[in-house]
Amino acid sequence: MEVRVQNVRKEFDRFPALHDVSLDIKSGELIALLGPSGSGKTTLLRLIAGLERPTAGKIFFGDEDASEKSVQERNIGFVFQHYALFRHMTILENVSFGLEVRPRATRPPKAEIRRRARELLDLVQLSGLEKRYPSQLSGGQRQRVALARALAIEPGVLLLDEPFGALDAQVRRELRKWLREMHDRTGHTTVFVTHDQEEALELADRLCVMSQGKIEQVGTPDTVYDQPQSPFVFGFIGESSTLPVNIERGDIWLGDRPIGISSPEAVGPARLFFRPHDIELVDGDAALSGVVASSRRVGGTRRVELDIGGAGHRVEIDLPFDHPAGERSQISFRPKRWKLFPAE
Amino acid sequence: MAASTHVRRLASPTNEPVYVRWILILVGLLFMALFLVLPLVAVFSEALREGIGVFVQSLQQPDAQSAIRLTLLVAAIAVPLNVVFGLAASWAIAKFEFKGKAFLITLIDLPFSVSPVISGLVYVLLFGSGSVLGPWLRSYNIEILFAVPGIVLATIFVTFPFVARELIPLMQDQGSGDEEAALSLGASGWQTFWRVTLPNIKWGLLYGVLLCNARAMGEFGAVAVVSGKIRGQTTTMPLQVEMFYNEYQSTAAFALASLLALLALVTLVLKTALEWRFGDELAATGRGH
Repeated sequence: MEVRVQNVRKEFDRFPALHDVSLDIKSGELIALLGPSGSGKTTLLRLIAGLERPTAGKIFFGDEDASEKSVQERNIGFVFQHYALFRHMTILENVSFGLEVRPRATRPPKAEIRRRARELLDLVQLSGLEKRYPSQLSGGQRQRVALARALAIEPGVLLLDEPFGALDAQVRRELRKWLREMHDRTGHTTVFVTHDQEEALELADRLCVMSQGKIEQVGTPDTVYDQPQSPFVFGFIGESSTLPVNIERGDIWLGDRPIGISSPEAVGPARLFFRPHDIELVDGDAALSGVVASSRRVGGTRRVELDIGGAGHRVEIDLPFDHPAGERSQISFRPKRWKLFPAE
Repeated sequence: MAASTHVRRLASPTNEPVYVRWILILVGLLFMALFLVLPLVAVFSEALREGIGVFVQSLQQPDAQSAIRLTLLVAAIAVPLNVVFGLAASWAIAKFEFKGKAFLITLIDLPFSVSPVISGLVYVLLFGSGSVLGPWLRSYNIEILFAVPGIVLATIFVTFPFVARELIPLMQDQGSGDEEAALSLGASGWQTFWRVTLPNIKWGLLYGVLLCNARAMGEFGAVAVVSGKIRGQTTTMPLQVEMFYNEYQSTAAFALASLLALLALVTLVLKTALEWRFGDELAATGRGH
């Protein structure tokens, strides 16, 4: 189902958690709300779920205004970071819960409920654990039960709040892959919240990057990574370095030196952003040059921290792992791909 | 390890030497025997000193019978009401944010910090003949002071904190995640309460009810002030024990007292039995009481 968030604002005790946020979620897509803690991503998810009421604005499910609907009426599946499984119920009872609390008119017969719950447990690969209690399962298993429980009510939208946040790295990666497969098979419109950019980039069809209660950028992982629209997105997604520069007659200057790249349309002070791997080593004057402050091995490359000029600017670049540069040696380079943002 | 031929047993840093442990255990046991077991034994031996026949007889006299009935009646009213109040208060405190929350918690604790005699006096001031309410109630023929309603009110006041105090930390600890999950799955408020909230707190609730009941039946001070001690009408078991004792009917006093002591023992056994029987489930609900 399509979900449209329209100019939604949310305040907690006069403290704004979301300012005027609008977001269109397409039917069947897997979208990630990504941002640091306090960015409002969980608030936005809970507003979509109906667990919070917006201070202003509307939320549409399809063409229907869902803003005034209660959480029960919205028919959503919600998965919590800490599972929120019912401790005193078995796994099967947990998964059946959503069907068993339906009013008599729409409640399937008992045998049918059991059958569907078993089917879902099969889907999340937990058959055989029906009679266990949540405390007898591992974290990864619990989260899969939580997902099966949410899917049991055949929700129009699936909402996941940091679903892998409480799991260790190994299980996280496995579940991530598994969730993607689940989504491809069932095709639910899915919104998930995460602060882990790796998770978001790998899992989502689209990212919605948030900061301080605002949406910074929405787009596919490639767009967001390659064409960040704001300094925040550039800094938050992937690795990056920034330098305060000046543009005169199209040339970009750092202090009193041109650095060998140009930007015809810009004028005056600006901030230059680039990624450590988007650089080329050069000889000559028109370049950024610095002294190696530290270096460490990252996978197949060497990540080097450089002190640029005398102003104490520090940037990170990647060098081939067999590059001879040692401590205090001088390195000159130019960013291959970069972006300018207005100075603060 | 090469040095393992010569093993020196290192004392664990958290373990005391044997003699210290024994001294501590002995002190604990002695204290318990002196202050808990001995009085209990004394109560029962005094009660049964003149034989089981006299014991039964003294419990069968009309005053004792009416005291037992009144105590059961008061507990039967006060405990359920306090379960409802306690549930409502701890629900509000644990699941919602509102102004004056800290004040409400303090207010709930008030009966613990006020002397029971004063709790009783409050009702005398409120409903007595010198008060504003007293004459007005009298004109409608409603008797509160020196009658059963007064005793019930005083008992409710004194036992109010037991259920709430037991549930507030438990519910705060559990948060409202389970409730939100139930609501998101389509459960109504009532369904959420009966199927999710109540099962999550049932052990804490039961524990609170047991304590509340024990205190409701055993309360002396507050009840003594409001009851007026009308023989056979407004004397509860603890009051009747005192009356018997003051009248030198020591066997009758101790027989009735032994019933109260028995109640305490039954409460303990019940609690232990429940823990033993449902130990797994208790652990599963994250409560090791």
